[in-house]
Amino acid sequence: MSVLQPPAGPRTTEGPVPFLSRLHEWVATTDHKKLGVMYVTSGIIFLIIAGLEATMMRWQLAWPGQDVVGPEEFNRLFTMHGTTMVFFVGMPVLLGSANFLIPLMIGARDLAFPRLNAFGFWLFLFGGLLLYFSYFGGQGLYGMGSAPDVGWFAYAPLTERTFSRGHSTDYWILGIFVAGIGSTATGINMIATILGMRCRGMSLMKMPLFVWIMLVDCFLIVIALPPLAAAQILLLFDRQLGAHFFDAQAGGSALLWQNLFWFFGHPEVYILILPAFAFVSEIIPVFSRKVIFGYPLMVAATVAIGFISLGVWVHHMFAVGLSPLINVIFMGSTMLVGVPTGIKMFNWVATMVGGRIRLQTPMLFSLGFLCQFLLGGLTGIFLATVPFDWQVSDSYFVVGHFHYVLFGGLLFAILAAIYYWFPKVTGRMMSERIGTWQFWLLIIGFNLTFGPMHVSGMLGMPRRIYTYQLDRGWELWNLLSSIGVIFQLLAFALLVWNLLRSVFKGREAGDDPWDAWTLEWSTTSPPPAYNFDEEPVVHSRRPLWDLKHPDDPDWRYE
Amino acid sequence: MSRAATMSASPPEALSQQSLSPGKIGIICMIASEIAFFGTLICVYLFYIGRDINGPYPQDVLEVSVAPLKVLFNSIFLLVSSVWIWFAIRALRKGRKGAFMFWWALTVLCGAEFLVGTGIEWYGMIVDDGVWMGTNLFGSCFYTLVGFHAFHVTMGLLVLTLVWILAALGHVSSANIEKVDLVSWYWHFVDGIWIVVFFVVYIFGNTPVQ
Repeated sequence: MSVLQPPAGPRTTEGPVPFLSRLHEWVATTDHKKLGVMYVTSGIIFLIIAGLEATMMRWQLAWPGQDVVGPEEFNRLFTMHGTTMVFFVGMPVLLGSANFLIPLMIGARDLAFPRLNAFGFWLFLFGGLLLYFSYFGGQGLYGMGSAPDVGWFAYAPLTERTFSRGHSTDYWILGIFVAGIGSTATGINMIATILGMRCRGMSLMKMPLFVWIMLVDCFLIVIALPPLAAAQILLLFDRQLGAHFFDAQAGGSALLWQNLFWFFGHPEVYILILPAFAFVSEIIPVFSRKVIFGYPLMVAATVAIGFISLGVWVHHMFAVGLSPLINVIFMGSTMLVGVPTGIKMFNWVATMVGGRIRLQTPMLFSLGFLCQFLLGGLTGIFLATVPFDWQVSDSYFVVGHFHYVLFGGLLFAILAAIYYWFPKVTGRMMSERIGTWQFWLLIIGFNLTFGPMHVSGMLGMPRRIYTYQLDRGWELWNLLSSIGVIFQLLAFALLVWNLLRSVFKGREAGDDPWDAWTLEWSTTSPPPAYNFDEEPVVHSRRPLWDLKHPDDPDWRYE
Repeated sequence: MSRAATMSASPPEALSQQSLSPGKIGIICMIASEIAFFGTLICVYLFYIGRDINGPYPQDVLEVSVAPLKVLFNSIFLLVSSVWIWFAIRALRKGRKGAFMFWWALTVLCGAEFLVGTGIEWYGMIVDDGVWMGTNLFGSCFYTLVGFHAFHVTMGLLVLTLVWILAALGHVSSANIEKVDLVSWYWHFVDGIWIVVFFVVYIFGNTPVQ
């Protein structure tokens, strides 16, 4: 039993380490915790960049006929915003949190392949830098660079050399390709770690739900990212070697790109949202003081989502004009994915029912996630219906929908996770007061920005337009959307301030500030390089509960 | 009350939970991602069969119709190398170092012969028939799919050669047999995927345009 006790004694305090050797320590590290911190930190930096790009767009659209940025610059802004948010914010935060938490949760000392892990991180980071280098080198380094302007799904043939001169699209291809190889490698690493390195007693059905969901997530990464890499290589060959894959004049097919991209693209949005499920599945039970409701069903629902998500991609292409049969099949599979997702929603709610709910910041953000993800899920069901999709396809309704899912869903869950695990990462608490302010500002700003988009979309406003005329009836809704951005900027400024302030001046957290139950809270905060003195032994899904309540351990009931 | 009766004072014994080593799981997942990659290229190839709007068409230039034995001969060299590498691993398991070195070297030679054969075929197609990426859809698809396979063979040969050199220097023993075994799994994948590529390119893709 004593193996789970934190090692006694004060934290070792070292003298000041020179900057260069500290830098060397971080750059050359293979420690999963340091890499996790670097992943999430670079994710937050990219989040700020992409958020500022969105701010520029909302400024431009606040009134009809604005002239903040021109049409070409607007195209670059939404391309870079979408690409960055998906590949360089969502992916690093999910891989970073998996990096930091999975070995701690399964009682391992590191990932299965630590050097491959470092390799994956640096590929990701330099992929992101390659993408942003296009601002300087996009036209071929004549001092007149520019970023890609083809949208985050880069539909062919607009990406062909004929229509996209210069090298901006090549930077888009290579940046994501390089980062994708890194993500695939890390996904493989995670699966090998989870399946091969669990501590004694941790059978698959005793793993924390976070680990289960990340396992399914990494399987999706391994299966869905290589097709994108293949498609991007075909596009690169078209552009650089004169191949004809997407060149309609030589018999090539633009539809093929759409199929290949969305075969990756739809699993990708589940790759992004599953970690959100993973975060709240850990946070909600702890802050409701109850075990998660329906653990086996949660596992089954996760696996079901993983499978179904591989067969829904054509719902992005309803407006293309495929046969009615294909449309109906994919409408059915898309609706089907609502079932396991609904099971999860009900289980989270059932976990809270009858619990002693503590409304601290991680729980606040989790509740925000539940409410807003529900709305995004419901508009998703609307959009899965082919006739409705035809009405609002490529309109602001779609923009509103996926921001409710990815911002209201994923980003709120990420914020919940930051507030929840920050004490474990740094050993200090974040400010609850600033966190609560941030939460309410973000709730107001988020709904003010993305709620009205549903209306402007219904009124016919297409996405990706850089301006609009006065007589369309869209002015009010766009103005509201843009006003919401001010609240969001304040909220994120508070987050950055809270993070920086808490790293240096936050209250000492102790090992287990939330009175939680999974293994990562049994070691010190921050954890030592070797994580655990001895390999932990677990007997139930809540090893720390067993330790704290030897009179009523969980293993009697599982 | 029935539950209270089953309560025990100490937990059941906690057992080790691993059936496969992380290395094996890792290589299986890597092969899965490679299959997803090649699967995409193969789908593209199948999609574009018979859609060329100008020649030369596959049946005019593919060696399998001009000289069927040549391509088959190459493929057989690659496929039997899977058998040789299996012999090599078996010899290593039994601790017969010399036999291991022999079969491993034979694997490398057979793989190299396949690459040379591919090079000769490409030379003929590019120089004599004038088919390259930009010629038509067949050219784009053929050089991409066969080229990526040849690229994987090349990578495999580099690793195989590295292992052989390490073995010659005395670094390969029964202690690290698993790592050597995993290299052979990758080689089996490279060979196995060639069977699929072969059927797609030289059999299905070789039918005359309707």
